[in-house]
Amino acid sequence: MSIAVDRDQSFLNTVRVIAEEVAAPNADTVDCDARFPAETIAALREKQALSAFIPTELGGDGVSFEALASACFELGQRCGASAMVFAMHQIQVATIVRHLDDAPWFEGYLRDVAAEQRLIASVTSEVGTGGDMGRSIASVEPAGDGLGRFEKQAPTVSYGAHADDLLTTLRRSPEAEPGDQVCVLTRKDQHTLEPTSSWDPLGMRGTCSPGNVVRAELPLEQILPTQFARVMNESMVPISHILWSHLWLGIATDAFSRARTFVRAAAKRKPGEPLPAAIRLSELMSELSLLRAEVSSGLREFVDASAEDRARLSEMAMILRFNNLKIATSEQAPRVCQGALGVCGIMGFKNDTPFSVGRHLRDTMSACLMVANERIHQTNASLLLIAKDV
Amino acid sequence: MSEEIRKIIAEHGRLSVDVAGLAPDADLYHAGMTSHASVNVMLALEDHFDIEFPDRMLKRSVFESISAIAAALAELQTEAVA
Repeated sequence: MSIAVDRDQSFLNTVRVIAEEVAAPNADTVDCDARFPAETIAALREKQALSAFIPTELGGDGVSFEALASACFELGQRCGASAMVFAMHQIQVATIVRHLDDAPWFEGYLRDVAAEQRLIASVTSEVGTGGDMGRSIASVEPAGDGLGRFEKQAPTVSYGAHADDLLTTLRRSPEAEPGDQVCVLTRKDQHTLEPTSSWDPLGMRGTCSPGNVVRAELPLEQILPTQFARVMNESMVPISHILWSHLWLGIATDAFSRARTFVRAAAKRKPGEPLPAAIRLSELMSELSLLRAEVSSGLREFVDASAEDRARLSEMAMILRFNNLKIATSEQAPRVCQGALGVCGIMGFKNDTPFSVGRHLRDTMSACLMVANERIHQTNASLLLIAKDV
Repeated sequence: MSEEIRKIIAEHGRLSVDVAGLAPDADLYHAGMTSHASVNVMLALEDHFDIEFPDRMLKRSVFESISAIAAALAELQTEAVA
């Protein structure tokens, strides 16, 4: 086996063990108490998993993007919130790794992420932009002596209070247009978070994502030089959609697996008798396979395009492709979970049986809100007017 | 060609500044053109010049300035003649 394949295998084995032994036993209290999955993240840190995607020359493990996506799937099967925190961190890491041109400070920063297993959260949404990540209101304001400062009203900041660092989108300067954005990295000692709302949601409760006012002062070298419009199209958006869809698939797969265990148990109790739930399970399997197919083709197309010519990811047909991945999987995952509930009946509805799928259903129901599907449809509707071969 | 492009941008680009004052290589997105407005500019260009932008050209960098748009149109018109 090549070193790269070996590295991926060993990383995935590690994540699988953590998912089984740490994420799974804590999933219910994380959900019930809406608390941060601290044990899982600590275990991932201990095994250097937070820097898995960072190239080896910068101190990481240099695992492939496919391995990262599989890790999200594995964690998703055991605890949706742990998987989401892990995925969101990796989205920030992968975005920085892919846009290191002329960014010496960020190379040093990635070394610190690897050495100190720093957890990165993002502040991309903003009050008043209607959910459009491609526009900002808050800006980097000059603060003299090579420093800048900003204040941003964020409607949600996932695990902000538990993160070491924040990656924030802002207008480049107070004069810049809303679409002229940059990404800014700040460390915990450079920013403050003032919560503006509580956190008691339906699902994904462990992500701890209340609204916040984020204020920071930072050296200007901590601004990623590449224009955010490029970063967004070539990396942040497709990577988000791919890693999210993998963890949603993980959650749906576990819901299906619980339904299957339920049907098998019923079949063993009454051998030879007709079993309506078995038919429903078979129907559910085709729903799951649709989800699985979309997730894996999205990953493949992204990896191929990245290898061939990353700039292609900025083409409208590609933007439509990865927007569709998000819309389709965010709708299909809760559909599968609801189907599993239909199979398990009251045993799935109750929160304390081996067949409970309430958490799965609630967690996947957040999917259509993470960048609202309605907002993505608006963008797609506009792109469809001009894109040719979609 | 540049004047026709400017006219279309003035009509559909929804810039926050006067297009007449923009340099040929000035960034239209930095001048306030949103992605939605850029789609309308593309549609108007296709209509006016009777061309179709292929998918490989449908990206931000091709429409980010008047000179970039002119270069793309010139390329398409050469292709049409050839």
